Order: sequence, then structure tokens, then C-alpha cells
Amino acid sequence: MPAPFVIDRSSVTQVMAWVLTALLPGILVYVWVFGPGILVTLALATVTALAAEAAMLKARGYPAKPFLTDLSAIVTAWLLALSLPALAPWWLIVTGTLFAIVVAKHLYGGLGQNIFNPAMVGYAVLIVSFPVQMTQWTGPLELTGTPLTLAQSASVIFGGDLPRTLLDAVTMATPLDTLRTGLLQQHTVDEIMTQSIFGHYGGVGFEWLAGAFLLGGLLLWALRIISWQVPLAFLAGIWLAAGLLHFFDAGRFGAPWFHLFAPSVMLGAFFIATDPVSGATTPRGKLIFGFGAGLLTIIIRTWGGYPDGVAFAILLMNLSVPLIDAWTQPRIYGGSSRRSKEPPA
Amino acid sequence: MSRTLHTFKGGVHPPEHKSESNGRPIHAAPLPKQLFIPLRQHMGNPARPVVEVGERVLKGQLIGAADGYISAAVHASSSGVVTAIGQQPVPHASGLPDLCITIETDGRDAWIDHAPLDYQAMTPADLRMQLRDMGIVGLGGAVFPSAVKLDPGAPQHCPTLILNGGECEPWITCDDVLMRQQADTILQGVAIMRHLLGSTEVIVGIEDNKPEALAAMRAAAQKLDFALEVVAVPAIYPAGSAKQMVQTLTGREVPSGKLSTDIGIQVFNVGTAYALARAVHHGEPLISRLVTVTGHVLRPQNMEALIGTPMQALIDVAGDRDGTTGVLMGGPMMGVPITNTGVPVVKATNCILVKSAELFPPLPRALPCIRCTRCADACPAELQPQELFRFAKAGDFGRAQEYHLFDCIECGCCSYVCPSHIPLVDFYRYAKSEIWAREKEKRASDLARERHEFRLFRLEREKKEKAEKLAAKAQAKRAEIAAAPKVEGTAPSDADAKKALIAAALARAQAKKAEATPKNVDQLSPETQREIEEIEARRAKIRELAHQPLETDEKKP
Repeated sequence: MPAPFVIDRSSVTQVMAWVLTALLPGILVYVWVFGPGILVTLALATVTALAAEAAMLKARGYPAKPFLTDLSAIVTAWLLALSLPALAPWWLIVTGTLFAIVVAKHLYGGLGQNIFNPAMVGYAVLIVSFPVQMTQWTGPLELTGTPLTLAQSASVIFGGDLPRTLLDAVTMATPLDTLRTGLLQQHTVDEIMTQSIFGHYGGVGFEWLAGAFLLGGLLLWALRIISWQVPLAFLAGIWLAAGLLHFFDAGRFGAPWFHLFAPSVMLGAFFIATDPVSGATTPRGKLIFGFGAGLLTIIIRTWGGYPDGVAFAILLMNLSVPLIDAWTQPRIYGGSSRRSKEPPA
Repeated sequence: MSRTLHTFKGGVHPPEHKSESNGRPIHAAPLPKQLFIPLRQHMGNPARPVVEVGERVLKGQLIGAADGYISAAVHASSSGVVTAIGQQPVPHASGLPDLCITIETDGRDAWIDHAPLDYQAMTPADLRMQLRDMGIVGLGGAVFPSAVKLDPGAPQHCPTLILNGGECEPWITCDDVLMRQQADTILQGVAIMRHLLGSTEVIVGIEDNKPEALAAMRAAAQKLDFALEVVAVPAIYPAGSAKQMVQTLTGREVPSGKLSTDIGIQVFNVGTAYALARAVHHGEPLISRLVTVTGHVLRPQNMEALIGTPMQALIDVAGDRDGTTGVLMGGPMMGVPITNTGVPVVKATNCILVKSAELFPPLPRALPCIRCTRCADACPAELQPQELFRFAKAGDFGRAQEYHLFDCIECGCCSYVCPSHIPLVDFYRYAKSEIWAREKEKRASDLARERHEFRLFRLEREKKEKAEKLAAKAQAKRAEIAAAPKVEGTAPSDADAKKALIAAALARAQAKKAEATPKNVDQLSPETQREIEEIEARRAKIRELAHQPLETDEKKP
């Protein structure tokens, strides 16, 4: 073996373990706001992801242990699970996870080779294929007032019977859905915002979830697991785009704070857009990547066919990564000015 | 006076492990029975052997002469008899043997006559050649002939001289210990460097994890008759790399693909300054150096070892232990694995690091790159190691070069921080060697093509020259003929000239034909002539008979 003969103690497993750890505040708040159903979703996604990972590794002739223990499959599973409605049916969870691991990850070459974020591919496939199930969210307990137990949640997820009245009581439109529907019905933003689902910045409960994801993201940044460029540029893109629209027509466009304090934005900014494999690698590239994703999110939310646009925005930016990287190669030590150092794309 | 220090990007903080070896006094390593002195211990051309097998040599005697400008001499490290000149194992990453002079030592360690040089009386060129012939090379690791580096090219070309006491590699302490104990001699060497380079600013950069060395050098600097600044630089690997030291001390960057002298800065290692002072003030060629022997040994320490001493001899002095898993020459970040500890200490040997499973656990299995760019954050050359890795792995060497592969200093920071434990530097070395091999191949084929093209050109040229010669000759003839009638006053017509030409050509042809007639019919003796005439007469008679019709036959009814 050649030099160097010493290494830092870091490992892929350690990086992924920290990402999972940083998701815990979000999961706790999720349970507190929406009930324990998410735990069932997380468990099911995790088991599916590990099984799919093991099967694909075997099929591709890779050793199972080093790749199963790198925890990357679990990160994908959790990110997808946290993007799904709290009481999504089991087959939705399994289908999304399988698509993420089998197609988006392994068919693209496995760990480190996927050009798209697997969790977002899984999410995109589900929202395109099953829009009804994907938009059937449970409302925050604060509003519905009817907490489901873990067993009841599991029962709903696995297709068990639950009194229709109880289910109707817990499901409701998300704040983004509400805003979208309201705007389509020619209401102004101010009128819509008077509805009970809206809290201080975002939706009731939803804003807490967003805050918890932000907290986990700051932990990752403090540990230097993620760099500051992507989340900051992502949030700046959201804030600037939403702010600009809101400034020109506050009646038709939601306030920037409302857009920022959606859980999907915080999860996307700190956990998904920061995925190193599918993201830009240069410092300036990360800024462009994050800002582009933020901008696209608002554009899709405002003019697109879906209430939220984080997943599609990130996937579109994933697509642009080779170009961004090639055109943002930084100046090297002893190199001439930036402009002349750009290698051809 | 305090200098504004600058920071370079990247760098890592591996465990230093300096205290193991820097506390003990310097001992001279024992005189070995045999010395193996490689002729290639420096950059450039290897030295030419100037002794023969069986020859008795003295300590300090020239045994290999410098061959060319970028070369350096090698000397006998002790007295004895040359027993062999041939291939011997040497410490090199390739593991291949190289030409060495083997000396059986006689134990007397008897010096050859040597005297200090009056360097101020010598011309700079003479002094540099003297240093080359005393085998002075950079002892920081690159072993580049110092004489070349001490040529400023033009006066005032090198205003800044930096003495590098960074020694940022973990485990190695030979520069630290040398500065603690030989600060005065080191600065004597600096004075000579300054004299040759004409530098006006002299800075010594020492990592701030060496307070004793800093104090000793500062004390020694007080006694100098020129200004010299001893600066503590933050300890971060690779602060002791020349380019990074330049940036830390001056805030300037060595332009990509250029040398520090292009921005008026020359950098020398402290050990080189010491060797230079010994050479000039004591007349001693470079025959020994300070070597750190550390790691998995009983008594880690620094030893003054003769060049050519088998490494195992040094390990034995430091106390060989069970559980050794390998030996490195150099530090853990950039060192070269040594498979055979019988290889000699060479001018580049700053450290012999003995490994054990506890100190150097085997590296974990490499996983795929996840593009986390920790390597890019750690890279002091500010490269994108993850991209270089991708291109090197794919065999896309052109793109690797576009992404500045050759600016990589192989410091190992990227591999050190890689969470996937990819031996990145190895991929860069591979890509570099492939590119070099291809360029060599390309040069060879270019040369062959050039030769072929030149041959075609030469044939064409010869043909053209012949044609031109003929044309010139014809032109001359025409002029001659044209000139003749002029005298007679009649203008020659074109047809006349042509006719004349044809006539001349005919005449020439006839002359040629005459020349071509067989020579044996000229000047025959009268007897032979008579014989020929007789034969001719006989042949004429026969011919006549043959042509006479046979009347009898014709008249037959």
C-alpha cells in the first residue's frame, strides 16, 4: 500500500449516522404534531430499503456487509418516509422505497453513482402515479384533536379498517394545498391565511416541524457534514423568489416566511439538496445549485401542477450538476484568474 | 518585529508523534561493515563511478563524479576498499535495484585531506561547482542539487531566501533536533546561500510546535551580521511544503507550473544549510545526515548516519521489537514503504519509521466516492481531488490534466480525510506516470515520424538538386552558343540555337559512344591485325560462295 499510511477516523457510515441523528429532532416533533404513525412509516421504509439494498448488492455481485452498514439506504428510506403523508398506505411506502433503492440508486451504479437523489426520485414517482394518496395528509393534532394510537396508525397504513368518521377527522389539506386551492378559487392570500391551519409563519404544527429540521440541519453544518453554501442558497432562493412575488402582488402570492417555514423546504435545504452524490461539488457550484433549487421550488409551487415543488426542483438541479461543476471549477493554488481557468464542459 | 502571516487553504492535523524521538541526544550511528552507496541519490543525472573494484578509498573521497549540470557527486562515507560496483537494492518506491558502490569499511574511518573553502574569494560559479562536487543536495526530501538552486540567474533575481524548518510530517524530528543543537552552523550555511543568491531578505519558517528549535534559532540569529527573521508558523500539515511555506510567510503563491524563483523566492531546508556549512567551513562533502528512527522501536531517536549504512543497522540501535508490520522511509503521509531493511540510508532518508499494527492499523476497505468534497476542502493545492479521482479511474488522463493533475503535490491530505478511505494519491501517481509514459511514447513516435519525413524530404531534395544542376548546365551551354555568333555580328535565331544544341548533344553522344567502344580493338599488335585480316578474308570468301547459285540444280528438267 502506498502513502499516506494514516487516515482520519471519519467514514461513510459515520457521515450517514450523523445525518440520521440530525433527523431525530424532526421525527420527534413529527410524532408530537401528527401522532406516532410516522414511526410505522419509517420502520417499513427502513426494512424495505435494507432488503432491496441487500438483494441488489447480491444481484450486482457486491459484498453485502460494507454497503449495508454504510447506512446510506436507511438515510434514503427516512428522507422518503418523512416526505410522505403521515398515514400513507403500506404499498405506497414500499413502492416508493423500492423505486428509490432499486432504480434510482442501484440501476445507476449504486452508492456514489446516482445522478438523482434516490429519495426524491421515489417521491416524484409516487406523486406522479398516485396523486390522491400522496396528498391525503393527516392534520396536526392541535386541530384534529383526535390522536391515533400507534396500533391504529399501523392498522390504517396496512389497510386495516378504521371507522370512516375517525379517518375523515384526522385527514385534511396541508397549508400549501389550502393556499393553492384557495388561490384557484379566487380568494386572496389574506383571506386564505385566516383559516385555522395557518400558524405564525407556516402551517400550525408544520412550522414546528420545519423548525426541527432546521435544528438538525444546523447540527450537520456545525459538524461540517454539510457545507453552508447549499442550504443558505436554497433558502435565499426561496426567500428572494417568494419575496419578490409577494412584494409585487401580496394578494396572489404567499409571504416569503410562509414559503420558508414549510417542512419540505427545511428538509430539502439541509438534508436533500445537500446530498453530496447528486449535488454540485464546487463552492460556487453549490451556491448555484442551492439557489436554483430554491427558485424552482417557488416557480413550481406558484405555477406548477403540484402544491409543493421541492422534489422536482432538486431533481432538475441534479440534472444540471455536471454543467454547473464544469463551469465553476475554482482557481487553484498558483493558478491564474478564475475566468481563464474554466475547463471546457 | 512581527510578520503578518498568511494561511494557505486546506491542510490537515494528523497526530504529530514528535515527542517520541525529539527528546534524546543525537548519537552517531555505528560504522557498518559494508556501505552501499547509490550513484543516484539526487534529481538529475546519476553520478559516474570514478573508482574501481579493489581500490582503497578514504572517508570523503570522491567515488562518483557529477555528470552534467543537474547532478551531484557522491563520496565514500568511510575508509575502506571498494568491493563491488553493481546493482544493489535501494530505497525507492519501485523496489528496483540501482547502481551502487559497495565499500568494505576498514574501521579506521580515516579522512581524506580536506580543508575549508575561502568562499568569499571564489567566484560564485566556482563555488557552485565545488558544492556540486561535494555532493550537496536538498535534504528536505526532493534531493535537488543545491548548486543549481543557488544560481540566481541574474543579480537581484532572488531577493527573498526562505529557510524551511517546517517539518510538518508526523513522527519526523531530524530538522527539529538539528535546529535545537546546530542553529549556529545552520545559519552559517544560510549566510553562504545569501552570499550566492544576493538575497536581501532572509526568513526562517518553523512550525510553532517546535518551541525549542524556535528559541535556539532566534538566539543564533542574534549573532548574525545580517537581518534574519525567525518566524513561528501555525502547525498544520503540509505547512512545511515549499509552496505552502512561501504562501504562509509572504502571502504569495508560486504560479502553477513555475518555480518559486520565478517570483524571486528560493527555499532551502535547514538540513541543507547545515550540510552546506559543513562543506564550506570544514571541507566535508555530504557523507552523513541526521535520520529519525522512530515508531515501533524501543528507543526512538535521531542518529547521525553515514550515507550507505543499511537501515537495519539503525533500527537495531533504536531497538527492534516484535510485531513490526513494515518500515517506511519518510513520514506516514508521504513516506515510501521499504520491503528490504538492508537498503542503505541515502541523502533523502530523513526518517525510518517502523510500523506496528497498533500504531498503523491496516486501512479499511475502500468504498465508492460519495463526492462529499472533504478532499477538496483539505487540498492545499486547491484542486478538486474527487474529479481527478474520477478521471484517473476512468483513464481520462486528458481531463485529469485539464483539472490540473500536475499541480498535485501528493501530500496525502485528500486520502487522509476521505470517509470512503480511497487511496486517492495512488490514483494520481498512476495517472501521472501513465501520462509521462504516453508522452515518452509520443516523443519516440514523433521522432520516428520526423526521421521518415526527413528521409522523404531528402530524396525529394536530391532529385530536385539533380534536375537543377542539369538545367543550369543546359543554360550555360545555351549561353555559350548564344555568345558565339554575337562576335560575328549575326543574331542567332531560336531554331539555330536549338539546332546547335542538338548538334552539341549528338556530338556528346558520339563521343560517349566512342568512349564506350571496346578497348581491346585499339592498338592491336601487327600479328593480331594480320590474323584478323586473314579471318575476315576467309569469311568474305565463304560469303561469296554461299551467294553463288548452283547452276546444275536449276537446269534440271
